[in-house]
Amino acid sequence: MSRIVRFLTRRRGGKGWHWTDIVTWTWLVGGLLIMFGPAVWLVGSSFKSPAALAEFPPTILPYVTQKVTVEGYDKPLDLYEATLEDGSTVVLAEVRRIGVMSQMVDPAKPGEIIKVNIAKRTPVREMSFATENYTEPFTHFDFVRYLWNSVFVTVTATLITLVVNSMAAFALSKYEFRGRTVAMLLILATLMVPLSVIMVPLYSIVSALGLFNSLWGVILPTVATPTGVFILRQYMLTIPDELVDAARMDKASEWQIYWRIILPLTAPALAVLAIFSVVWRWNDFLWPLIVLSRKELYTLQVGLSIYSGELNVQWHFILAMTVVTMIPVVLVFIFLQRFITTGIAGTGLK
Amino acid sequence: MTKTKSILAALAVGLLASTSALAGDVRIMWYSDGVEGEVLKELLDRFMKENPGINVILDNVSYSVVREQLPVQLEAGAGPDIARVTNLKAQSQHWLDLRPLVGDAAYWDENFGAQADWMRPDGSNQISGFMTQITLSGGFANKTLFDQAGVAIPGKDATWDDWAKAASEVAQNQQVPFAMALDRSGHRLTGPVLSYGANYIGADGKPAPLDQGSKDFLTKFIGWIEDGTMSKDVWVSAAGSTYRAAADDFINGQLVYYYSGSWQVPNFSTKIGSNFDWVATGSPCGPVNCTGMPGGAGLVAIKYTKNPTEVAKVMDYLAREDIVKEFSERTLFLPAHKGLLAKGLDFKTDDAQAKEALNVFVSATGSLSELAQKLPGWFWSDTFYGAMVTRVSQAAAGEMTADEAFTRIDADIAAKVKDSGL
Amino acid sequence: MRMDESGRSGLSQIAMMPIHFLMGVLDAPLRWLQRATGINGMAAFFLLPNMMIFGVFVLLPFFINFAYSMTGGTALFLPDRSFVGADQYARLFDCGSYIDPGSCAEDTFWTAVRNTGWFVVLQVTLMILVSLVTALILNRELMARSFWRAVFFFPVLLSPVVVGLIWKWILQRQGLLNFGLYSLGFDPHVWLNDRNWSFAATIGVSIWAHMGFYTLILLAGLQAIPKDLYEAAEMDGTRPARAFWRITLPLLMPNLLVVVVLVLIRAVQIFDEVYVLTGGGPGTSTLYLTQYIYETGFAAQLRNPGLAAAASILMGAVLVVLTLLQLGLGRSEKKGGRK
Repeated sequence: MSRIVRFLTRRRGGKGWHWTDIVTWTWLVGGLLIMFGPAVWLVGSSFKSPAALAEFPPTILPYVTQKVTVEGYDKPLDLYEATLEDGSTVVLAEVRRIGVMSQMVDPAKPGEIIKVNIAKRTPVREMSFATENYTEPFTHFDFVRYLWNSVFVTVTATLITLVVNSMAAFALSKYEFRGRTVAMLLILATLMVPLSVIMVPLYSIVSALGLFNSLWGVILPTVATPTGVFILRQYMLTIPDELVDAARMDKASEWQIYWRIILPLTAPALAVLAIFSVVWRWNDFLWPLIVLSRKELYTLQVGLSIYSGELNVQWHFILAMTVVTMIPVVLVFIFLQRFITTGIAGTGLK
Repeated sequence: MTKTKSILAALAVGLLASTSALAGDVRIMWYSDGVEGEVLKELLDRFMKENPGINVILDNVSYSVVREQLPVQLEAGAGPDIARVTNLKAQSQHWLDLRPLVGDAAYWDENFGAQADWMRPDGSNQISGFMTQITLSGGFANKTLFDQAGVAIPGKDATWDDWAKAASEVAQNQQVPFAMALDRSGHRLTGPVLSYGANYIGADGKPAPLDQGSKDFLTKFIGWIEDGTMSKDVWVSAAGSTYRAAADDFINGQLVYYYSGSWQVPNFSTKIGSNFDWVATGSPCGPVNCTGMPGGAGLVAIKYTKNPTEVAKVMDYLAREDIVKEFSERTLFLPAHKGLLAKGLDFKTDDAQAKEALNVFVSATGSLSELAQKLPGWFWSDTFYGAMVTRVSQAAAGEMTADEAFTRIDADIAAKVKDSGL
Repeated sequence: MRMDESGRSGLSQIAMMPIHFLMGVLDAPLRWLQRATGINGMAAFFLLPNMMIFGVFVLLPFFINFAYSMTGGTALFLPDRSFVGADQYARLFDCGSYIDPGSCAEDTFWTAVRNTGWFVVLQVTLMILVSLVTALILNRELMARSFWRAVFFFPVLLSPVVVGLIWKWILQRQGLLNFGLYSLGFDPHVWLNDRNWSFAATIGVSIWAHMGFYTLILLAGLQAIPKDLYEAAEMDGTRPARAFWRITLPLLMPNLLVVVVLVLIRAVQIFDEVYVLTGGGPGTSTLYLTQYIYETGFAAQLRNPGLAAAASILMGAVLVVLTLLQLGLGRSEKKGGRK
């Protein structure tokens, strides 16, 4: 036990609390709350009924009014804690409410109606998870199809990204040719053109190529990522040219050099790019929404947007499905997070 | 690499093969505010059982797809075969004329003729489709709050000022944050603006500059937001012409009087339940009349379809009296079908308040002004609404005065008219 | 651990077999190609796929966009549009005074420019500060460092729409923050109705969402600084603060430069999160350039793609200038350091 305490309180130099230790732990614990708190809140809210979502003050956990079946009444009645005229507090079930007066019965003595002003009663609440927010979309929401489309887009786009970006990065790092700087600058310039800005022209191109309402219309415009080329090139620059030269002496073809020598050595950077690509493509929303308007082609992100109507947004479904779509990304992250940090550390971003 | 590509190409072909259009396919692009998508799906399933040769595919989309992406598709000569659309007039050149295709054109004219002009090019007698629902703007009052405050709910002929006074009194007495709210929408603003005697349409059919009637109500409205009578939240919650509703505040009992429309009834019925009593009130009166604004979503056939006969069959089916009846009763939508309206509907709800409210809206259709009935079929309505929302909300946020907002509204609309080249 | 890893690599070797086979099959035609082009000619081959996709889906739209900016009308496709020369640019620049957006014909554009300017200045500064402090803290000897790293990185995984949604539920009138204040006995405040708070919220949320990425880049740089430099400094009796300015910061400069450039580019382009969170409100106080372009060109009822394109070309031009300036500064500093 004392070892754990010592471990927990281990700090700079081990001699007393330095002010930097206090700053560090405040920062970390504050960070933990700010970074995770909102997500926890999201997950909690996704289990609330539509009425509970609109409620203020909100509750952290989902609550509903407790119901009770009373003899002589067909439907279960809501339970309230009512303050009677003599000042005593009892738990009563509400039969109906007329204006500001509530007609209530004691569940134990169903015969007698007690009138209570509605300001004098508070609902008895119990925790209840609105799991139908999750189950209902599954019945009128082709989840498996959308999931497959999302997986297809994510995996294909990531594979193509890895291949074409690494080839380009190889050319830009291991060859001397005219226009190399220009090519590099052109690619970097892409960073400056956000999608929302070139949407109309891009749309005309995609529709001219017949890629409209096709998953390829979602995949292709995204795969030539400038960030990917940049990260991979920086990493490949750290691979000694002597390796390439030695391979050429051994009569290896350029293609063999690329996939036998360069690619394996670039593995950590490729892992980073793969992870980012998966996250980006999985989360893509605006562009798929524009390209895909047939339900059999929807990705998950597009699928969950159908709950936004003209006059109404069905938040309870959107929140629940948002949580579902977050799960794969979180899993990828949990299992691969060590690659992310070590990979970035090694990508020559230094 | 070439090999990889050919493999990918093969994959692509495989993927496309499963999605390519068959001869009897009819695609419907549909957005939902509530359960209507599910109801429609059931109706279509029944249709397909009766007509095995026709495969109807229902693409549920978000409203933003209908608003932003469908126009792009249409302009490219593509798109679904049938779509549920609100911007009916301005895109009417893309709708298919069903007149020669439907079984009985006289039935369509008889029952849907009143709104046919909302969705066809000016001067034609085209049958483009029918309204899946008629909406009517109008107010809702939280009766329980009025009762608790001991304030009488203003009567049928009450004016906007009467409502403002009563609602403020209730809000003060009951300590709720909002007395009144009006959706962030030009369509919603237009009801009261018309009741102050405004006219948007100029002599040449193009937008006229804001007249005194519009300015009177808008000035009052901006003043109400400033002094807290009207909820500020909805109006400042976005820039541009984005739609926002105050429904949640009303559902939550935080709002005394809410000016929205008939489509809120099913929403309120499920979310308010028995938490408090609410009533629909129709539209308050201005100095000139007591009009609300009609509107709604239409189901239209699209010109670029490859299977017009099948499309007409589907449309004929969905417009059938018994189908419209079932659809409206289950969704709690007001139908457009004239014959059906005459016979009356039995809305499928055990919520007496909702039924009562729907009846209020049905009877309020009688007090619509002539202009209000004309605006949904006017090409420039949305341009007008957009400019009004954008600038009024800036004035509401204190970024400009009401007069500056009026100048900007006129300038914005003039610029749009000029851009369009019409 | 070792066993585990060798097992995994064995498995992955099996998984890689078809890929190796494929690559081997490709080798013969490519050798032939190499004989035809020479070794350096192969560079073109390697660049080709990326550049083709890039050309069709990025460069071409960019040029088409430029063409759009010279046309007028509401038609969406280029052939249907009329040529108007520099009219759209003239309309954007039609102002009484550039300091007062209210005096401009396109007042919304200038409001967006002004808002974006303030946003970039404040967000970039704060983002760099927060990421740097976090990286410095994570670089200390910490228990469970990888856990803490994950904590700060986690929001990077969320889609912008989700980020906007989450924070909307927290900041709105009936949100979590007001609930907290309410239960502590304070008066709730309508954060998103308030111009300043709303603006601050867009900055805070965008930092929340992206700081993890930059923290990691900076952390990578910090970990690459040799420890013995600090030991030597300590032996010389250098104070820690001095060591930070003399060792840490100069050696971190290249990473810091990358971060500044990336943060800057992303800040100018801010859109999705804010669009969901505030929609540009209250009024137009968080209306940023990309939203203006998106709404003018794509989402408005009567869209004006020409005006939107002109605005986007101007935005691109500003970005290029800013980036070149940054890179130029970085290069001259590097040269200075080499002396």
